[in-house]
Amino acid sequence: MLRLFKKIITTGVVTEKYKVPKDDELEKLGIQIKRHIDKQFSGSIAIRQVDAGSCNGCELEIHALNNPYYDIERFGIHFVASPRHADVLLVTGPVSRHMQTALLRTYEATPNPKWVVAVGDCAACGGEFGVSYASCGAVANVIPVDMVIAGCPPTPHALMKGLLGLMKG
Amino acid sequence: MSASNWTTDFLNQLTAAAITVEQFSLPSTTLWQIESGHWQQFADYALAQQLRWVAGWAEHVEGRLFINACFEKQGVYVLSRAIVNAAKPELPSQATVYPAASRSERHTQDMFGIHFTGHPDHRRWTRHQAWAKHDYPLRKDFPVQGGPETVTPPDKEYPFVKAHGEGVYEIPVGPIHAGIIEPGHFRFQAVGELILNLEERLGYVHKGIEKIAEGRTPEALARLAGRVSGDTTVGHCWAACRAMEQATGIEIPPRAALLRGILAERERVANHLGDMGAICNDVAFIFAHMQFSRLRELWLRTNAAVFGHRLLMDRIVPGGVVCDLSEADCALIERECVRLSKELSEIMPAIDLNSSLEDRLYTAGYLSPEIAAALGTVGYVGLASGQDRDVRRDAPYPPYDQASFKVALEDKGDVASRFWVRYKEINASLKLIKQFIAQLAAGDTLAEWQTPPAGSESLGIVEGWRGEIIAYIRFDAGNKIARYYPRDPSILNWPALEKLVLNNIVPDFPVCNKSLNGSYSGNDL
Repeated sequence: MLRLFKKIITTGVVTEKYKVPKDDELEKLGIQIKRHIDKQFSGSIAIRQVDAGSCNGCELEIHALNNPYYDIERFGIHFVASPRHADVLLVTGPVSRHMQTALLRTYEATPNPKWVVAVGDCAACGGEFGVSYASCGAVANVIPVDMVIAGCPPTPHALMKGLLGLMKG
Repeated sequence: MSASNWTTDFLNQLTAAAITVEQFSLPSTTLWQIESGHWQQFADYALAQQLRWVAGWAEHVEGRLFINACFEKQGVYVLSRAIVNAAKPELPSQATVYPAASRSERHTQDMFGIHFTGHPDHRRWTRHQAWAKHDYPLRKDFPVQGGPETVTPPDKEYPFVKAHGEGVYEIPVGPIHAGIIEPGHFRFQAVGELILNLEERLGYVHKGIEKIAEGRTPEALARLAGRVSGDTTVGHCWAACRAMEQATGIEIPPRAALLRGILAERERVANHLGDMGAICNDVAFIFAHMQFSRLRELWLRTNAAVFGHRLLMDRIVPGGVVCDLSEADCALIERECVRLSKELSEIMPAIDLNSSLEDRLYTAGYLSPEIAAALGTVGYVGLASGQDRDVRRDAPYPPYDQASFKVALEDKGDVASRFWVRYKEINASLKLIKQFIAQLAAGDTLAEWQTPPAGSESLGIVEGWRGEIIAYIRFDAGNKIARYYPRDPSILNWPALEKLVLNNIVPDFPVCNKSLNGSYSGNDL
């Protein structure tokens, strides 16, 4: 047990400072914001992440948001297990045809008001996979998208900026 | 028996059994063409000879269907092939002999309309509702766009195995899971908390990778291969590029091989760090989760600083690599390896001495060596159950042919074993990175590409972080890809999850699943 506490103390707090980004910074990162979240949500958003067909690259970077360096929860942004608890759907992938209904049902299960953030190049435009017999391509081809965070995959930095930008109500 | 003569013995046995084998030499392996009627008998003899079933796939070539199965023993790979007429494609199943071939044959059935007679399970696998039963997407006359409905209906009529009896109940999970993970469906039958049976239903992230690979240039194929499974971008890209280079007859420069080795080992370390943290997180041991995710983040930041991409995507290209290391970079990487090693030596004793963690990880998710062998499991899943195989050692390719390292092996077969194998593999990777940096000599990093002759084919085999990866490539005329099939290690490891969770409690499923960590995308293609 002493070893454990020693490691915790010697590691210290590694969490980094982040400022809420300005609109031009967001543009530089390729983040398009069409609408800001209502004031009633400012300070806290609950995210349901949906992999609708991605290669898992985006998921790795979304995971990183919870590591001690980014610790996105300190900004009131947290991931929830059910769409019924969510304000925001964070959708990755090209939407595979086999996931189309599941995504539509998740969208319907999310209470209004809700926002959809398409994460990654595939979610933004179909990416390397495009539209085919097996893929619907971009998320916007299946459900309405409010914001896009591009990248293959987007870095945690880009994700962080995008999500904080969304909260600027 | 030495590695070189089992093929001779095996061929003699086949001849004695009146199974005719036509032999062809491919750049990377030998191709044995046999009568389709002998397909299952061939597998019988292969099993008796203790060959491992490695991969299976088919190809549509001008009115005929090629059915391929790859086998391995002692690091020697053999590609077997049977050819049937596309009008009535039928041949006896190998799945009755090799359980590992079962899902692969079901995939081939769905994608090509090939009937494997005697197959123990004729249900569809990759096909849900995005195309009709008698449409076969990988036949050449099937258009890439297919003819999908506006909204693809859910696949709700899939006939799952049922269990009956007092107190038996079903738990359907997925396709969308509660965490930040890939989609797939798990159907549990349980009594109380005990898992009686688990059935996996995958295919949700099938996005037509094999189909959209057709007609690509080598560069475009490498990009696609790098996205078969995002966590294995280096592994799949390397396997595909190796296959393309062998088919073309290109040797990559020694410096490029060393850089590929460094990239692959860095990918292994990053993923193992993530998994070790996630395994601990699934039993609520947050200290380890935070420490490992911190170390992983630092590691990925070095990737970004030195190689220009956190996950190392698109660094490997046909002919070599598009990244290089300066002396300062090498020094930085070496310092980082020393630091990681030191940090782990502080963290691991704290974990090892923790009884609450021991209680959850030891004996949980037991996979016996017999089942691990029968399913042909690879990578840390096989290694933790005593399956001593590693492509880097058994069929070494540059730069591993000039390196020395110890293959991590455990024999308990539980979650803890899979955890410790990962730790041992990290240590081996750190040593390999050091060796590769020491061997780096000035030179080119990219060989000039040449257009390969039409029809040239090859297998690219590498050890990814999850285990052995196979990539099959055949070229068309004009430098275009005719066929690409990637076999992710997960394809062999996923069925092991159905076995290792039996008699565990439902709440331990997440940690059992994480200890295996199969790729959904790499499985569904």
